[in-house]
Amino acid sequence: MVDVKTAPNAPAKSASGASLLEIRDLQAWYGESHVLHGINFDVKTGEVVTLLGRNGAGKTSTLKSIMGMIGKRTGSVRFDGHELIKMSSDKIARLGVAICPEERGIFASLNVHENLMLPPTVRSGGLSTEQIFELFPNLKERLSSSQGTKLSGGEQQMLAIARILRTGARFLMLDEPTEGLAPVIIQQIGRTIQRLKSEGFTILLVEQNFRFASTVADRFYIVEHGKVIDGFANSELQANMDKLHTYLGV
Amino acid sequence: MQALYAQLLVGLINGSFYALLSLGLAVIFGMLNIINFAHGALYMMGAFCAYFLLNGLGLNYWYALVIAPVAVGIFGMVLERTLLKWLAGLDHLYGLLLTFGIALIIQGVFQNYFGSSGLPYAIPPQLQGGMNLGFMFLPIYRGWVVVFSLVVCLATWYLIERTRLGAYLRAATENPNLVRAFGINVPRMITLTYGLGIGLAALAGVLSAPINQVRPLMGADLIIVVFAVVVIGGMGSIMGSVITGFALGVVEGLTKYFYPEASNTVVFVLMVLVLLVKPTGLTGRAT
Repeated sequence: MVDVKTAPNAPAKSASGASLLEIRDLQAWYGESHVLHGINFDVKTGEVVTLLGRNGAGKTSTLKSIMGMIGKRTGSVRFDGHELIKMSSDKIARLGVAICPEERGIFASLNVHENLMLPPTVRSGGLSTEQIFELFPNLKERLSSSQGTKLSGGEQQMLAIARILRTGARFLMLDEPTEGLAPVIIQQIGRTIQRLKSEGFTILLVEQNFRFASTVADRFYIVEHGKVIDGFANSELQANMDKLHTYLGV
Repeated sequence: MQALYAQLLVGLINGSFYALLSLGLAVIFGMLNIINFAHGALYMMGAFCAYFLLNGLGLNYWYALVIAPVAVGIFGMVLERTLLKWLAGLDHLYGLLLTFGIALIIQGVFQNYFGSSGLPYAIPPQLQGGMNLGFMFLPIYRGWVVVFSLVVCLATWYLIERTRLGAYLRAATENPNLVRAFGINVPRMITLTYGLGIGLAALAGVLSAPINQVRPLMGADLIIVVFAVVVIGGMGSIMGSVITGFALGVVEGLTKYFYPEASNTVVFVLMVLVLLVKPTGLTGRAT
């Protein structure tokens, strides 16, 4: 077992280039419950960075804190030169940050088309509906479905990713996009992430499935007890496998 | 037979007010999760606004039809910004108690200045008189109230169910945090929605002024029935409130003809029956 106290609580070495996202000493609370205890990490433009960790480690809370979806938070979250820590989530979204939540967030009272078109365009450069249907052909076939929540889990995940691609946001946060999905759908989502990366999107991924994450990520950070306790590049994954097994309890 | 048709017309007119008021309540409950007990008082303010516009500024009914809903709607938005927004996330009971208190204060202030008796408000000249339809005599103003209310209700339904703005509102009902994280200013949308609901109540007040006179307690008499309509239609259901509003007005009218003694209670008997059979209301969804 790795000693958390001696583990680094500083950003892991990242790829060269300018940081799009810089997080320093991020702390967050749900009411009285202190859930993040000083998160530090960077994400460079064009990277896919994955947060790994056990259930309840603070990965989802980190994404929500970046997005401004947790009321009380302190520290610093700098995105593209803007300090987000005091900003409301709608203003953060308009800077080009988008989130695909863990539970997918498909609205039952909206049909598939309405779900797809719901997020407004925040910047130019979003994918057109034709490009989205090229990326997710299943969605085109299901567009006339009455309710978004009537789609299969995989289709709902595609819809959840597709709708944020329309907005023009270039920094995407995907919270466990493969959770509960069939292997064939997981592969499709993996291919989608790789394609988005090749088109210049920057992606912060939360995953428990590190085998999937290893196929798409440039770097990993390990989150435990609301802190980043380790970090390494994908090329160092094999060398860190024993440590990773210990961290994730697998 | 003429008496039956007359009662049906009265039922339709009452149904128009029920529909407009319950629509506003349904919009507010659906989007804000607030049981707005102040709705009746704001309906009364709409009627008084029309009265002030006519007697104070010389602006007739047609101006009042536009100005009163906007003015009272703005007042509603101020209430939402200053008082109601603090109740977000709390139990429904807090909203009910606060809006009940607001209703008592508003009604008390108006009663203090105007007493309890009604103030006259004339039917606009263009809508005076009536038409003989052969089977009944139709007062033009009453026909206008029914048709105009129906148009407003359908327009509101269209806005909420068929437009992009409506999609934002419906989505915000389910998950306001996520909608906000998509870049939509949800608090502002909530304020505007409350203003819209209150504007509908004020519009009903203006429509009602020439029929029922302008009284400080005119809303208090109506609001209990309107809540029963919303419960029967399904809390938060837009179309359910509109259809139930008109339908219960007609049922009430028919009861007045066939068994007048039950006309004041028929709506509540129906409410009990609906709650026993379908607790979410006729068109409401389980949450």
